[in-house]
Amino acid sequence: MPDGAEPILDVSDLKTIFRTRDGEVHAVNNVSFSVAPGELVGVVGESGSGKSVTMMSLMGLLPSPPAEIVGGDIRFDNEDVRKMNPTRLRALRGGDIGFIFQDPMTSLNPVFTVGYQLIEPLRIHLGLSKKQARIRAAELLALVGIPDASKRLSDYPHQFSGGMRQRVMIAIALACDPKVLIADEPTTALDVTIQAQILELIKGLRQKLGMAIIWITHDLGVVAEIADRVLVMYGGQVVEHALVKDLFARPQHPYTRALLETLPRVDGAREERLRSIEGQPPNLSAHPSSCPFAPRCGHVHDRCRSENPARRMVSAGHDVACFWSPPNAG
Amino acid sequence: MLDEAPKILVSVRGLKMHFAIHKGLLRRQVGTVKAVDDVSFDIYEGETLGLVGESGCGKSTAGRSILRLYDPTDGVVELEGQDIVPVTGERLRDLRPAMQMIFQDPQACLNPRMTVGSIIAEPLDEHLKLSRTERRNRVNELMDAVGLNRDFANRYPHEFSGGQRQRIGIARALALNPKFIVCDEPIAALDVSIQAQVVNLLEDLQRKFGLTYLFISHDLSMVRHLATRVAVMYLGKIVELAPRDALYSAPMHPYTQALLSAVPDPDPNAAERKERIILEGDVPSPANPPEGCNFCTRCAQVMDICRKIEPEWRDHGNGHYAACHRLGEA
Repeated sequence: MPDGAEPILDVSDLKTIFRTRDGEVHAVNNVSFSVAPGELVGVVGESGSGKSVTMMSLMGLLPSPPAEIVGGDIRFDNEDVRKMNPTRLRALRGGDIGFIFQDPMTSLNPVFTVGYQLIEPLRIHLGLSKKQARIRAAELLALVGIPDASKRLSDYPHQFSGGMRQRVMIAIALACDPKVLIADEPTTALDVTIQAQILELIKGLRQKLGMAIIWITHDLGVVAEIADRVLVMYGGQVVEHALVKDLFARPQHPYTRALLETLPRVDGAREERLRSIEGQPPNLSAHPSSCPFAPRCGHVHDRCRSENPARRMVSAGHDVACFWSPPNAG
Repeated sequence: MLDEAPKILVSVRGLKMHFAIHKGLLRRQVGTVKAVDDVSFDIYEGETLGLVGESGCGKSTAGRSILRLYDPTDGVVELEGQDIVPVTGERLRDLRPAMQMIFQDPQACLNPRMTVGSIIAEPLDEHLKLSRTERRNRVNELMDAVGLNRDFANRYPHEFSGGQRQRIGIARALALNPKFIVCDEPIAALDVSIQAQVVNLLEDLQRKFGLTYLFISHDLSMVRHLATRVAVMYLGKIVELAPRDALYSAPMHPYTQALLSAVPDPDPNAAERKERIILEGDVPSPANPPEGCNFCTRCAQVMDICRKIEPEWRDHGNGHYAACHRLGEA
């Protein structure tokens, strides 16, 4: 990566396979990326593009079997995550790396109070006393904008609304001052007005806490709003990677271009007909021997069907996995 | 705009759908959830009326009440001049072919133990007496219309992807040549690239069969693409209804303004410039709506009168309706 800052998380050639009764599913194929401290990297892709599985693999959150990480190098702060013993990995998860899941209802335990669930990581990871932990927990709830924080610690998850629950999840993820925060579609289950609140909150927290954030989403609008850099994933691979303004101004990969064209807008000119990407996403039953987007691509030629394009640089900090170059390239 | 004298297909007046809350050993009624509270609008023949709002605002309930999937508490729903609210039993069943519904979750609304052919033929079996050949021909015709391969008629829903399943649901809704279809978030569960395919299909079918849609969605940009007129719902009431372009370019109600400004813009440069109205707090419970205007608890422009008197539903010219005290001043 051409960035100046030393990356806090560096992933190269990650490969994850699910071995099922119906054969193998190659969910993640040679994914490489890095995140520097204070940076917000957006990961966009459709369902099944491997974006969640990539992040789950990073932290060893996938059940094995059926999942297996068959290759690649994951370095957190120059430490090899794949070689860590279970104790160190436990300290990493929730301690150094925070995780926010998509659905705040299913990821909070309904039989424990929110306070209990916030205090638990504080006591385990930071070794605080009950009293200290409770004070810190109240601070965290206040930080994520929950009014009357110290009183609400004794409430159960069902007593919070969807947006408030997601705030609680964010507070739990932030509890131990993580260096990296991985957010897996954190606003997808929320309404737009609540999503706007959460995005504002994350922007504010970034400035305050200076951690690296990986933000997984399928919504290009959200990415445009908050990300510094963007990874576009398709069929288990990174097909394009660029700074956010670069990506929206000069998209290179036919998939990224098509994706941007299919989006209807709330302002600007209204198209008579939506452009759609015909066909279906690939099934990932084998290691890709051709470009995964080839069957749906408008610029496909023979080489795409016989060879999987590697990521190549098009300009500083902008790379794409495609043989074809758009006419306005530069 | 529409022709000089657009024909009204569905006319809704003062529609109320209240659900009783029963509690305790004796199941006494302790309150009501006013899911839809005094809603009035017309749907013209051949148009698409978009109904937008956040989750829990009653938009789905409104759609279902109009189709008589619920027994509305009060109000009039006229389909081609006939009030369908008091109609029950066999006579209601005779009306059903004219009005159909496309559901949100294509996974849940298809019986997993029926083949695609029998799912699409089910309405035919229920309402018509067709010979075997006629039935098979009609199923083939419908599968062609929605872009499904005829050879797949003997397969089961799980063998299809989300977008294809939604096509099955659409084919079933079309089986009896309906005039009016309520689309309840038909694309919410689909990926962006597949959404565009389904939306284009809905538009093609509308043109081909002269359908009238009530398109319920929380996706404001997609509604802008599809709808001719748009109604915005908040907490059981319609707060604004206007022709599409008027609503998106000059929203009158503060809630519509906030809702539109909360939509993330897929353009990083615009996202920086955009001034956003961030709504505070959450939607109040429909079991206990605030006094006066329903939106008064979150409105940035709230006045004293808003907390006491409910604003009137008024015509502001050119078919632009809104209910807000602010608009009375000017």
